[in-house]
Amino acid sequence: MNPDDRHYTQSHEWVKIDGEVGTIGITDHAQKELGEIVYLELPETGHVFNANEEFGTVESVKAVSELYTPISGEVVEVNKGAIAEPGIVNDDPFGDGWLLRIKLSTDQEVSTLMSAEQYAEYVRTEEK
Amino acid sequence: MKFLPVSDSDRTAMLQAIGVARVEDLFRSLPREVLGSPDLRPPMSEIEIRRSFGELSRRTAGARDTAFFLGAGLYHHYVSAIADQMLYRSEWLTSYTPYQPEVSQGTLQSIFEFQTHIGLLTGLDVANASLYEGASALVEALLMAERLSRGRRRAVLSAGIHPEYRETVRTYFANLDLEIAEVPVGPDGATEAQALAAAVDDRTFAVALQSPNFYGLVEDWKSASAAASGRGAQSIAVVAEAASLALLAPPGEAGIDIACGEAQSLGVPMNNGGPLLGFLACRTAHQRQIPGRLVGETRDAEGRRAFCLTLSTREQHIRREKATSNICTNQGLMALAANVHMSLLGRRGLREVALQSHAKAEYLKERIAGVPGYRIPYGGPTFNEFVVEGPEDARSLLSRLAARGILGGVPLSRYEDGSPRRFVTAVTEMNTKEEMDRLVAALGEAA
Amino acid sequence: MSLEIEERKGEASLGDRLHPEPRHEPLIFERSGAGKVGYSLPPLDVPERLAIPKDRTRADIPGETEVTEVEVARHFTRLSRLNFSIDQGLYPLGSCTMKHNPRTNEEVARLPGFAASHPLAPEEVCQGTLELAWRLEQALIELTGLARVTLQPSAGAQGELAGILMVRAALAKTGNPRRTVLIPDSAHGTNPASAHFAGYKVRELKSNARGTLDLDVLQQAMTEEVAALMLTVPNTLGIFEDRIRDIAEIVHAKGGFLYCDGANFNSFVGVAKPGLMGIDVMHMNLHKTFSTPHGGGGPGSGPVAVVERLVPFLPRPTVERRADGRFALDFDRPDSIGRLRTFLGNYGMFVRALAYIAAYGNRIGDVARGAVLNANYIRAGLQRDYHLKYDAPTLHEIVFSDKRQGERGVHAIDIAKRLMDCGFHPPTIYFPLIVPGALMIEPTETEGKVGLDAFIAAMRSIARECEDDPEIVLRAPHTTPVRRVDEVAAARNLVLRWRPPV
Repeated sequence: MNPDDRHYTQSHEWVKIDGEVGTIGITDHAQKELGEIVYLELPETGHVFNANEEFGTVESVKAVSELYTPISGEVVEVNKGAIAEPGIVNDDPFGDGWLLRIKLSTDQEVSTLMSAEQYAEYVRTEEK
Repeated sequence: MKFLPVSDSDRTAMLQAIGVARVEDLFRSLPREVLGSPDLRPPMSEIEIRRSFGELSRRTAGARDTAFFLGAGLYHHYVSAIADQMLYRSEWLTSYTPYQPEVSQGTLQSIFEFQTHIGLLTGLDVANASLYEGASALVEALLMAERLSRGRRRAVLSAGIHPEYRETVRTYFANLDLEIAEVPVGPDGATEAQALAAAVDDRTFAVALQSPNFYGLVEDWKSASAAASGRGAQSIAVVAEAASLALLAPPGEAGIDIACGEAQSLGVPMNNGGPLLGFLACRTAHQRQIPGRLVGETRDAEGRRAFCLTLSTREQHIRREKATSNICTNQGLMALAANVHMSLLGRRGLREVALQSHAKAEYLKERIAGVPGYRIPYGGPTFNEFVVEGPEDARSLLSRLAARGILGGVPLSRYEDGSPRRFVTAVTEMNTKEEMDRLVAALGEAA
Repeated sequence: MSLEIEERKGEASLGDRLHPEPRHEPLIFERSGAGKVGYSLPPLDVPERLAIPKDRTRADIPGETEVTEVEVARHFTRLSRLNFSIDQGLYPLGSCTMKHNPRTNEEVARLPGFAASHPLAPEEVCQGTLELAWRLEQALIELTGLARVTLQPSAGAQGELAGILMVRAALAKTGNPRRTVLIPDSAHGTNPASAHFAGYKVRELKSNARGTLDLDVLQQAMTEEVAALMLTVPNTLGIFEDRIRDIAEIVHAKGGFLYCDGANFNSFVGVAKPGLMGIDVMHMNLHKTFSTPHGGGGPGSGPVAVVERLVPFLPRPTVERRADGRFALDFDRPDSIGRLRTFLGNYGMFVRALAYIAAYGNRIGDVARGAVLNANYIRAGLQRDYHLKYDAPTLHEIVFSDKRQGERGVHAIDIAKRLMDCGFHPPTIYFPLIVPGALMIEPTETEGKVGLDAFIAAMRSIARECEDDPEIVLRAPHTTPVRRVDEVAAARNLVLRWRPPV
């Protein structure tokens, strides 16, 4: 189930806001679709992104997917553990499989994202 | 027809199972207007094919029936009997791309070994499973460098690179909005290090240099790595005569980022120009950007060592228009031939072939320099190929030699203006002293 | 036919019959030993010399092999026995056309005039090789009904690029190269990749419910910014676009070109002509339709046939027959797109393909008729056991899906692995993308009824196993030299070569 404490995008990323910082990852649906993840390409800290910009890629044996940031801001932390052991994104996509943390440059963007329920509905219609 | 194993009674039974009366009914979806039988001759038997093709073969002179000194990117080297005959084994010849690793461990392991040989010879970490041939390998190396450069659009190429390779790059680049800057060779036929360095700017993603170059001269890999390093560009070493890798300093040890080119000299017959064997090798840091197929080592479900294709997600069948290349087929059979050959010759044999090629070329060079009317215009060190300047038009000279059973070289006028009396001559371990003396004598008579 | 091969007492498993020796073969580098020699060269007959500065030479190649000829012979023979191959049995890979590789081809390709010749020798001593290339071009012109053929591209993908580059050059010459290429969603990945490398954007066209091109969708999409439509004919489902001439009309009406991916030419070679379909440019695969060997993944050869309008743009050089009957290379082609590679192309494959065409001659239509009969026989045999998403008439290949078996948790990959236990190479899986869980089967014309029946029986048996004992399918293969290979581990921890011990 998609946790309630965060927001979601149509490209299957989630963002969890704690004060000024948003933690970003991919959803359980995304990791299932990709299959076993073999490689993550993530940016360096200090990099600044606008919302919806591509910030990296996630690669499995059968597919490569671009990753898009739901929010604008500066990268303050990257999950080095996930880079070293990409399988953790499959095992715990909402927890230890987080990808990076961004310091929000604005708090106006979050309201444009989907709630857990809206995301679940979106996935249902996408699968038809 | 001997390749069609369905008998008349089989066909009847099959049509019945399908539920149609005739085979023609299965072509209903083709509109009448598109149907058409070809106007070809009746079928030929194997005996007739042998006769007909034998006749064509006899009307082309080759290395087995002439004193042969042609190079220019395609070389007549020793190919061991076992390297050729191993290709007759069905399991090598008639198998497919190893997409199902459980039934293709032979092919996969052989490619892994090939990747290792290329790594050892180039001094670089990672090589792919082969590319079509040298010119398109250079294109792939350049495109790889472009991907690594994040937005740069300009490549610097030494004009000492084989003209057909440069022409191929121009064909590909014309439609990709990429710029080529060619650095002319110096008056001594070699690339000048400062000229190469001066050509690199902050829009440059690659610097490419060939050694031995098209004129046979041994270039210094460090001039390319120095020109590129620290300036955001990749240095690319191009090799058209791969036998040289056993004797010349390896590109990887000179700081080169990517090595590419033609490995035909390492166990693949000339085949009138194809199929050949392109190769590409790079550093571990860049391995995810390498184009073409890659074989990796892993385990099977019972813990045994096994091999499989890997990093396929970069390839066209998954990435489609975002692929690192559009390449699908590699040169599997030629890579096998090269693997067998390199394995057989190995550490000592590959080196001995290179030493013999070089020593014989030095002998010929010296003897030709002694023929009145002839000179060796470029004095720098060569591996096994060099430019000769004669007293008359090279094409007509070489035609006269050909009529006498000597294929003496490739005229430069095929590729450039301004040197009508020059030709490039290649020597390998396959040439005898007697043949070389014959060539020298024939040049002497012609003068 | 019973599949419990590995359970029958006293009977060797298929794997054991194929490979009685130990299945692990060390790397050739692991067999190396100091001082061993595998070659012999004549003694040097000129003075020894090394006239290259020391700093540009190497003294040694550490780690390179030192083995004898015996070890090389054993190593590569043992490795070969770990491969499945056409000579052993059916290889029903869709769109790959794994037909028998005639041995005449290998023999004539090794004739000295072909194997040991060099294209840069003076033209007058290359007449045999030039004539052969010319004859192959003439034969392919006759088979396609188009105007001329370039033999230069090294493989299908390079042929696609050449074709689209010629289209681009032709359009550029009239002022506007245009921006887009249209490609159906059923196309092979090389199509959009090639269009991209030609500098075009790709627009994907959704196939209709029948699995073919929707002409309304095409009409909408076909504008004066579209350079070409790239179509595989028949498409990757094996379905022939029966409205191909209307499709050509729509494309031509807006000044575009119709490109045909000829990977499936085996289904109509000698029966129909692309030139009569309105196709302007088409690549062929000598290693598919024309029997040249697949060799573990190449070499290929991808000649491209073009209409008269595109002739000026052909890659350079072309092979010409002059008025006096002699053959020559023509480099003087100012509108040529240039070169895509060195020399003339994969010449050794020209020899093989021409020998193949000569063997069939005017009976070459039997190839297509045989291929289509065989594929339809398999369709009839399997359609009760496997789901067919698109049931339009098909030609030389048939695409089933794993939908029914998926209800029992078994997928295309598992079925593929289980087929290996039965002595067959699996079909192509997960392609085309428009059929989820696709099983793409192309038997070719060189399979006999006995082989086809055995394949059908094996597939039906697996379908039953999916119902009764899915575990045995999920854990397949059981009898191959290695069991299921961990491709995830290979990608997570890249080991791409052997290294000498430090």
